[in-house]
Amino acid sequence: MSDLPTAEAAAEDLALPGAGAQPRRTGGRRARDAVMAYAFLAPAVLLFAAFAYYPLYRLFWYATHRQPRFRNKEATWVGFGQLWDTLTSNDFTSGLLHSFQFMVYTVPLGLGLGVLLAVAAHRRLKGIKIFQTVFSSTVATSVAVASVVFFTLVNPEVGYFKDVPWLSLNNPRSAMFAVALTTVWQNLGLTFIVILAALQAVPDELTEAATLDGFSATRRFFRITVPLISPALLFLAVVLVISALQAYAQIEFLTGGGPGDSTETLLYKIADPKGTRSLDVRSGLSIGLFALTAVVAAVQYSLLSKRVHYGD
Amino acid sequence: MATEPTASPTETAGSPVEATGRRRIRPADIGWYLVLTALSLIILFPIYMLILRALSNPLEYVKQGQPLHPVDIEWDVFVKAFTEADLGRAMTLSLLVTVIIVAVQLITSVLAAYAFAFLDFPGKTAMFVVVIGTLLLPIEVTLIANLETVRNLGWLNSLQGLTIPFLATAFGIFLIRQGFAGVPRDLLDASQLDGYGHLRFLFRVAVPMTKPIIGSFVVIAVLGAWNQYVWPRFATDQRTWQTVQVALRSIGSDRVDRLNIGFAAAILAALPRLALLLFVQRQMIRGLTAGAVKG
Repeated sequence: MSDLPTAEAAAEDLALPGAGAQPRRTGGRRARDAVMAYAFLAPAVLLFAAFAYYPLYRLFWYATHRQPRFRNKEATWVGFGQLWDTLTSNDFTSGLLHSFQFMVYTVPLGLGLGVLLAVAAHRRLKGIKIFQTVFSSTVATSVAVASVVFFTLVNPEVGYFKDVPWLSLNNPRSAMFAVALTTVWQNLGLTFIVILAALQAVPDELTEAATLDGFSATRRFFRITVPLISPALLFLAVVLVISALQAYAQIEFLTGGGPGDSTETLLYKIADPKGTRSLDVRSGLSIGLFALTAVVAAVQYSLLSKRVHYGD
Repeated sequence: MATEPTASPTETAGSPVEATGRRRIRPADIGWYLVLTALSLIILFPIYMLILRALSNPLEYVKQGQPLHPVDIEWDVFVKAFTEADLGRAMTLSLLVTVIIVAVQLITSVLAAYAFAFLDFPGKTAMFVVVIGTLLLPIEVTLIANLETVRNLGWLNSLQGLTIPFLATAFGIFLIRQGFAGVPRDLLDASQLDGYGHLRFLFRVAVPMTKPIIGSFVVIAVLGAWNQYVWPRFATDQRTWQTVQVALRSIGSDRVDRLNIGFAAAILAALPRLALLLFVQRQMIRGLTAGAVKG
């Protein structure tokens, strides 16, 4: 989640490379500045090279090589056909499908509830701060803590709602929804805070003017408020999509991927806690996840640049 | 949260509040209080269940048909979480990992951000692309390959293994660079006329002027590092190297009569984060909304 604000910052930066350059420096100083810049960038760039780019190269390497049975033997090149096989396998398709299912359960519901809470708490009332604090309280939980919380609710043996059919972890048709609710609940605090901040930034005069013009409350909300808070909603939508792609702990805590493979998302198959898949398959699946992440970033970038062109 | 009293979209203008200029409870508000209370109860119910289950004897609780009040309360469960579930060790490790990650992230981010904000050099755009590119390579994507690297280096179950892959962050570089953009360039020119070097300008002028944003970054980084799950889960296979979040995993596989210890551990694991949030709510909200409501 913390990666997301930067994507937006990055979008801005691409438009203005080398912002603030003043061409009045002397040659000697320029050279010294350049040396200084490389020295300052070196730690971050070396770390990125070792733990972001080198792994990407290794993923492709593993995905195109057959691993030896024993660790002391050499791996052999088998080509991109192996990667292609992985990305067209049922394993990949079902992981993808489950990740999308998770997204469909978490993103609209998360945004909708966030708007509901924010609209309810965005008003002048005595003690409203207490309600606002309660609504943002789930920010205090981590994925692991939230998973334990929902363990007490939906665990098939000891969960409080173990007999509620649409929350049953024993049924492949409802298990993913029950797991997804963990994420919806855990993200409520964040969505509430961000949407409330956006609502508070909407100028009073606008809604008041619309009231005088005879707009109904519903029309005011959808014609004035929603467009004005849409940047916040877009930001949250991306955050929630990414967090769906990266969901792992809640699945491991609650279902272990089951029943069957009904809650095995793409990342769950990559992490493969039971160790049923080979390194080359898991690398191929990782490359699939990488491609998916890139698509989300591309969509976000195009939506953002649209806003820059036509928006406020 | 700064809550300016603003008229909500569904409220009619010219309410008594505006007329008198002070708050008082109107009959129409009662409906809102009911709605807000109902929503609060729904949100808090899961937390209530966790506390309830932590305090109750697990076997007795099930035997009595899972009531909404605690059963056979065992207060020493929190002590047991520390002694039997080894939560103290896990918390110390998590704290250490968090401090190392955040401290080094701060250094690498401030330096890189400075280069992007104040220095001109060949290949600046290329370097920027290198940093942006890492946004497409979160640990979930690179997990498998990084695990192989760390295993080959002999870093499984080690402090290096838990921290080194996270010592640089594009998020930090961009956020702090944005902060530096608010520092007037004239100040740099002036300080250079005075014979100050870049390091001195960075630590005497640029960093002090960017404190609020750096503060937000530290808060977000602490929360992120403390909450990590996937990497520490797979970069360790010994109990002694489990961070708090990973240690919570054992609750599912534990014996049913000891489940309450796991629930108590989850409560204790959330407390540091809760405390941090209460103290630094403003920084956190600024950090969280940095991308959403930027001007």
